[in-house]
Amino acid sequence: MPSNIWVLAETWRGQVTETTLELLTLGRELGGKLEVVLLGNKSLAASLVGADNVLCAENVAPTPEAVAAALTQLVKERQPQAVLVPWTNLSMDAGALAAAQLNAPFIGGCKDIKADAGTLVAQCVVYGGKLEAAVAATTTPALFGVLPGARAASSGNAPAVTDVTVTLPEAKVKFTKYLEPEAGDVDITQQNVLVAVGRGIQTKDNMELANDLAAALGGAVCGSRPVIDQGWLPLSRQVGKSGMQVKPKLYVMLGISGAPEHVEGIKGAQLIVAVNTDAAAPVFNVAHYGIVGDALEIAPALTDAVKAKK
Amino acid sequence: MNHDPVRITVLGIPGWAVLWVLSVAAFGVFGWRVWQLIGLLRRARPENRFDQLGQRVLRFCRHVLLQPRLFNERSIGLPHLVIFWGFVLYVICFNWSLVRGLFPVLPIPYPEEVAVVAMFLKVFAVLVLVSLGVAVVRRIFFPPAHLHLSWDANLILSLIATLMVTTLLNMWWTHMITVLCFLVYLPYSKHLHLLASPFNVFFGNLRPAGDLSIAGGSEELASGSSKWNEFTWKQLLSGFSCAECGRCDRACPAATAGFPLEPQQLVQKLKKHTIHGNGAKLVGETITEDEIWACTTCMSCMERCAVLNEQIPIIVQMRRHLVAEGQMAKTLQDALQNFNRYGNSFGKSDRMRAKWTQPLGWKVKDARKEPVEYLWFVDDYASYDPRMEEITRQTARLFQQAGVDFGILYEGERNAGNDVRRVGEEGLFEMLREKNQQAFAKAQFQTIVTTDPHAYNALKNEYDLNGTKVLHYSELFDRMIQSGSLVPVKKLGLKATYHDPCYLGRYNDVYEPARRVLKAAGVELVEMPRNRCQSYCCGAGGGRIWMEDTAGVKERPAESRVREAAALGVNVLVVACPKDLVMFQDAVKTAGLEGKLTVKDLTELVQEALKP
Amino acid sequence: MNILVLLKMVPDVVEELEVAGDGKSLDASFLRTIINERDDHALEQAILLKERHGGKVTVVALDAPDIDDTFFTAIAKGADRAVKITDAPEGLTTQSAARLCAEAIAGLLPADLILTGVQALDDLDGLSAALIAQQLNFPYVGVVTAVSAGGPTATVLKEFAGGVRGEFAVTLPAVLGVQAAEKPPRYVPIAKVRAVMKTSKIETVSAPGEAAAAQIDVRQLAKPVVSSHAEMLDGSPEEVAGKLVELLAQRGLL
Repeated sequence: MPSNIWVLAETWRGQVTETTLELLTLGRELGGKLEVVLLGNKSLAASLVGADNVLCAENVAPTPEAVAAALTQLVKERQPQAVLVPWTNLSMDAGALAAAQLNAPFIGGCKDIKADAGTLVAQCVVYGGKLEAAVAATTTPALFGVLPGARAASSGNAPAVTDVTVTLPEAKVKFTKYLEPEAGDVDITQQNVLVAVGRGIQTKDNMELANDLAAALGGAVCGSRPVIDQGWLPLSRQVGKSGMQVKPKLYVMLGISGAPEHVEGIKGAQLIVAVNTDAAAPVFNVAHYGIVGDALEIAPALTDAVKAKK
Repeated sequence: MNHDPVRITVLGIPGWAVLWVLSVAAFGVFGWRVWQLIGLLRRARPENRFDQLGQRVLRFCRHVLLQPRLFNERSIGLPHLVIFWGFVLYVICFNWSLVRGLFPVLPIPYPEEVAVVAMFLKVFAVLVLVSLGVAVVRRIFFPPAHLHLSWDANLILSLIATLMVTTLLNMWWTHMITVLCFLVYLPYSKHLHLLASPFNVFFGNLRPAGDLSIAGGSEELASGSSKWNEFTWKQLLSGFSCAECGRCDRACPAATAGFPLEPQQLVQKLKKHTIHGNGAKLVGETITEDEIWACTTCMSCMERCAVLNEQIPIIVQMRRHLVAEGQMAKTLQDALQNFNRYGNSFGKSDRMRAKWTQPLGWKVKDARKEPVEYLWFVDDYASYDPRMEEITRQTARLFQQAGVDFGILYEGERNAGNDVRRVGEEGLFEMLREKNQQAFAKAQFQTIVTTDPHAYNALKNEYDLNGTKVLHYSELFDRMIQSGSLVPVKKLGLKATYHDPCYLGRYNDVYEPARRVLKAAGVELVEMPRNRCQSYCCGAGGGRIWMEDTAGVKERPAESRVREAAALGVNVLVVACPKDLVMFQDAVKTAGLEGKLTVKDLTELVQEALKP
Repeated sequence: MNILVLLKMVPDVVEELEVAGDGKSLDASFLRTIINERDDHALEQAILLKERHGGKVTVVALDAPDIDDTFFTAIAKGADRAVKITDAPEGLTTQSAARLCAEAIAGLLPADLILTGVQALDDLDGLSAALIAQQLNFPYVGVVTAVSAGGPTATVLKEFAGGVRGEFAVTLPAVLGVQAAEKPPRYVPIAKVRAVMKTSKIETVSAPGEAAAAQIDVRQLAKPVVSSHAEMLDGSPEEVAGKLVELLAQRGLL
């Protein structure tokens, strides 16, 4: 029986997300027929390029339970080998519920999946990025939560579409509305230069150093989650899994360890410079240039050097 | 005197009878009020200040009778001493007069009828009036900041003046009635300090200032105080004793910087709450959390206070309450959680505590495994802060060069807990102390030496070390130079100034060793105006280094200090505490003094002087 | 409100993590465990709800080294009851552990809410919160950052990306996977925890039944193979700043 790989499509603001397309590229590599489960507007099926077929069911509420119920039904009916689910806030809930309902493993945090003699083995990020595990699924179907950026977005032809019907249980979770973050003065997704601060900045007062550097470079300040949680920067400046995806030409990281949740947000950054006191920090695997040192000393030195040069 | 003043009649009633009525009334009100105030103290928590009576008497004689503290500000010391002794004389004479007036049958003269006494009374009247004049001129034309200019104070000055004038003008009845009025007014006014402060001094703290434990205190003290009756009677007595002079505010780095804290206000609020107890909460409303957290525990207030008030234990009591309620800044919370889990405030593994030794290339002795002469208690900042690491290594090399047999506890060491205690987390302090003492018990050493004055203070005053001596490294360097085991080979010939760390100087009276070391290294030492016991705190103590500045800060203490140093025309500011180094280096940048003033640790200078 | 909170201990990543000789697991000699950060937030959210609405908070966890300390700290923060699941078999994965806990939690019902962290950094084959929800047949929402209750439904906020959150109405009883509590986890003084240690007891309940067979096989655990590493710049802050500025200038970024 030819192995069947499925991708759970996720849509956001009326469009298919880039992560979905990345999963299509990965799914194609794993062999067999590549199908996409699209629980949303049929017109979006055309953008799922590279897939063989789209299983489309409209009118599925955007709640974890509805999506999971639909996915579970389809998987039970059609028995794919694996379902690739975007490992994002949007989709991981539904993926986790569906896996539980199917009594299947949900292997999350995958940065890569390879087929090894019929078995799918995922390379997973664990312990905050400090280690990686090679995890093989020993049963089918198996669900994989794949990190954004694992592959390039897919290309090719629009797929065929199959309408499917799913019966949903009585809803115990109802979606009410979206809450937008307060519009900040600055849209960091449009900035060419960003200075990002993490826990290493230590106190709110030291934010000044980042502000000075950003001003000297002609950019803006953003931060990783801990800094936003402390209230030192507004939500509109958060970069990462729950925050913004940014694509600046220059991204200077001060005192950020490089945990996956933040790194996810900077895949599009062209030049990444990281400053951290810990030479073993994962951030140095992501950055192009690294400085082992105290951000509180390096930042002002850098500001002075930039001003002198300009 | 021409006639017996009490032999007159007023509306047919003999004078002495009127005197009786007035005296009984006045003393009655006075006594009732004092009894009321004592009653408030009795409802507070206990504290044992009844030991070492001999020492207490000596203290009383010094600070009440001679009042050296009053002289720590210009032009008011002598006037106040004169007013005080005048008061003593006048009290004696008043009571003498009163007894004679109430019992006219007694065959004793009035005090004014004894020539010598009359002379003293008149002489002191003049002296007191002159002193009052100085006080008034000071108040009106040169008032020091934070001097509380109140109607209360003006009324008292007027009453005293009246007493002196009535004596000079032989106005007996006016004088006596004025005294009786004063008597009634006294326990309701700021002049309560007159009654309370001698007791405040007598029951003052005889233990080292750096020991925050309360003798004979109840266990509940550890969970803090939020209501007036949750403080100890001695702490409440501070409120009654405060003379509203403002010395503490003028010395306080937090108040001067523009933080919400003013020690005088704090003590006054406590007093008002104790006496009037209005509806508002003492801790959180009357005294705000920002006020309570603003203190660096530098002890300048207590060093200056003319009535020997103890402001810091009061602040720590309130902090203990806030900690028990979990009401503190997130950064402080994180620091405490890190102390609990990793034994340091940096959140780094305790296994990394001795990582700084690796680049040395030779192994520092492990005091847990082999006996050493000196146990070097490195503490957090010197171990973990990247800016301190190289200096810590230099200190290690210096020790080795001088042939000091030393070792460290490696991962067995925890933060000494000084600032944890001052932040109010008493349970965590006890845990850290317990762990350190356990590590000490297993190691073998003669003396403890530390580079951190905060650790020095806790180890010396709050730990049970079975008599083991604790040295600050400046004391060890001093000894080594004097014994010849450390010989500076070159004279550095630079002009520098030295900052006395709060916990080494003011708290533990150690001022000279570092100065001797610097002189031996050939440094030309220029003193800052605020030196030795008047040293100005860098602002990091009392846990402030783990908290953020509040809005409205005018000039941070560290910035004020580095400007003071720069104004001397020196290019080096020498420090002997890792937190001072970090704070002043930052302040040099923010004050725009880069290139003009360099901050160096004592070790760095000694190292330079040793190089041929 | 009756709230159950499931906690678990995970390796503390502040420490160095070393791989054991078998190449598949963590070297236990360097291991220190700490409460899963998301679970700590779940506990805080539970206590906040208790403070607002009254009721009881019960903390549940599988037996593990240092779990007692975590239980006592939870009680000191305001939890009412602590239940430890003992005698669980070895070699549990995220999924089998979660199902075991779900069985034990079933024995503690009824409850209005079951809170636990949405994920943990040692998760391999599932998300505990979702597994528990499915097994108990309760509705589930994850990545929750706010909860208001008071009635048959709870209103929860779930995080999406870009700082956007979604509001959901959830019929109780429900399971919520907490990302962050509305306030950072509170501090509880050591003295309070010590006092709790003297007065409180941790109940125990035996792990029910057998663990399900694992559906994954961990073939390797290793330090990440880095395809690239940053080019490091050395020197004093001034030197490093100088070098970097040159680099930026060359690329026209200044």
